[in-house]
Amino acid sequence: MNEGNFILQAEGLYKSYRLGAADVKVLKGVDLAVRSGEFISIVGASGSGKSTLLHILGALDRPDKGTVRFEGSDLNKFGNGELNRFRNKMVGFVFQFYHLLDELNVLENVFLPAMASKSTIGWLLSRKQAKNRAKELLSQLGLSERAEHKPYQLSGGERQRVAIGRALMNEPKILLADEPTGNLDSQTGNGILKVFEALNKAGQTIVMVTHDERIALKAGRIIMLTDGKIA
Amino acid sequence: MYKVILAIRYLLKRRISYLAFLAVALCVFIVVVVMTVMTGVLGDFKEKNHAFTGDCVVGTESLVGFAYYEDFIKILEQADFVYAVSPVIKSYALVSPKQNSRNVGLELIGIDPARHIRATGFGDTLYYHQNDPAKAFCPEYDPNSIGFIIGIDRWIARNAEGRYDYESVARNEELIVSCIPLNAKGALSKAGTDVVNTKSFYFSDTSHSGLAKVDYWTIYLPFEQAQMLCGMDGQDKRINAIHVKFKQDEKVNAGCEKVSILWQNFVRENSGREKANLLQNVTVQSWKSYRRTFIAAMEKEQVMMIAVFMMVGIITVFIVLVVFYMIIGHKSKDIGILKSIGVSNGNIIQLFSGFAFLIGISGSAAGAFCGWLFLLKINSIEEWLFRHFGFQLWDRTIYAIGEIPHRIEPEVLALIVLAAIAACLAGAIIPSWQAARLKPVDSLRVNQL
Repeated sequence: MNEGNFILQAEGLYKSYRLGAADVKVLKGVDLAVRSGEFISIVGASGSGKSTLLHILGALDRPDKGTVRFEGSDLNKFGNGELNRFRNKMVGFVFQFYHLLDELNVLENVFLPAMASKSTIGWLLSRKQAKNRAKELLSQLGLSERAEHKPYQLSGGERQRVAIGRALMNEPKILLADEPTGNLDSQTGNGILKVFEALNKAGQTIVMVTHDERIALKAGRIIMLTDGKIA
Repeated sequence: MYKVILAIRYLLKRRISYLAFLAVALCVFIVVVVMTVMTGVLGDFKEKNHAFTGDCVVGTESLVGFAYYEDFIKILEQADFVYAVSPVIKSYALVSPKQNSRNVGLELIGIDPARHIRATGFGDTLYYHQNDPAKAFCPEYDPNSIGFIIGIDRWIARNAEGRYDYESVARNEELIVSCIPLNAKGALSKAGTDVVNTKSFYFSDTSHSGLAKVDYWTIYLPFEQAQMLCGMDGQDKRINAIHVKFKQDEKVNAGCEKVSILWQNFVRENSGREKANLLQNVTVQSWKSYRRTFIAAMEKEQVMMIAVFMMVGIITVFIVLVVFYMIIGHKSKDIGILKSIGVSNGNIIQLFSGFAFLIGISGSAAGAFCGWLFLLKINSIEEWLFRHFGFQLWDRTIYAIGEIPHRIEPEVLALIVLAAIAACLAGAIIPSWQAARLKPVDSLRVNQL
């Protein structure tokens, strides 16, 4: 496989946590490569290290050992500012529990990443474009009528779609989803998966973590994580 | 921009923010009210002391006084920075009404009203001679008799509202004033059974200086009469003090310096004269220094009050600190979300500092507004409380305070508001810093929710 085709590469990832007196080894040498435009499911039992792997891939956490390369650049060598820019521009996160800000309405939650990346003046100059992009995303996600609502006024599926909208706001190169259907009923979960399929068809690279193999089947490639290693 | 939006929303939508807002508002309210009243009382007290004294006093504490004052008064009157001077006799007198033998020892002040009203605010303290203070010692009922002026509290009792019920016309009353005359060496001027000088005076007016001690323990007599009673007349006449008022553009301390130099030269030039030794006891003091025993006590009270309110400020910082710990504890998920979309640690600190700033500025604005409103109505409130419940902040029959001071000093207000904002920022800095250090994965973990 030509290295140039990979958007994200992980090599020899190790990660452990202190749990009381014990040292729990979560990742024990994970190698992973993601091609641009791929839809990958990482499957594993609870505690197998799926979420930890996803957090490390998205630079929300650092590995104890090993490297993660994004378009050939080693994330370990990124400074804080570069990491912040990476999280803001290059990746979009979708979490199991949506993680929307309760104080903001749906539209504001969606354009939050665009606002966070700009100074006050920069935002004032570009807010119209950002709002239009957020409205467009909400329209694609079937939430146009909900733009002014607060997260607590939405159903679980709607909240997850808002979270997807937020993740896509800055047109990230890769979408990382941590159990995106884990908190939804199967019908709503299927709706979310359809959104992912549509996004992937449009060229979006997606890495999804799930414990449900049926959901994982929707992805183009399935990676099994067992006992901290890729099986 | 999101920092401003989130800070405002945190303030408006989190009930716990109201607690911090209320704590700040309450502290600012209390500090504004107490500081205004205290500053007002002190300012008023200083003003009254200033008016009573003039700008500068050349004087001695010795009852013997000093001689050659007329020569020095001439020098002062020629000085371009001096507006007015007034020679003053200060001693003690035994005073008793003609009708009965009850007597009381009072401080005697001998003045020439025409000069004294120019050098001090004495003219404004009179009641019956407001329009012609120069004739203050001429009783209305008999302008030819020699009058006395007495401290208001010695003459009329105040009513419950703190007002004096003056009679429409000064009543004809005679007081017998006795003094022990001293010679220039400090010995009794007279020997045998006739050691005391005694003379009758007639009530002419009251003096209301607003200074409790002065208004209760002072009797004013015409200058020459007081000089005679104290044995300071004769060949080298003596006085106890010269009160000086400077021209308007002259600063008090600078003026006092100039008077001091003039006095030193005067002492040098007169060192060969017979009673030159008396000049050595004379000091030149500003009104503030002259009345320092009274003013210093109140200033000390104010300093103590400021110290107490600094402790209140520390409590505010602590309340804000606790509230912020609680808010940030509740908001750890938001911090994780913000970090997952690329918000930096510095911006997290700015967000929560902005939130603290908003609490500080809104709380202190509300506190300052309520304080201003309360002070605006403080006298009406006190009057209402007195009418309905008999409550008074100060018993007006005892304290020489007319109305409660309520004029807010803009500098004091600005200082209080700035201190409140600074206290909020200080209270928020540690929790904000801790929030910024939170790892996104830690705050976004399911078991953190």
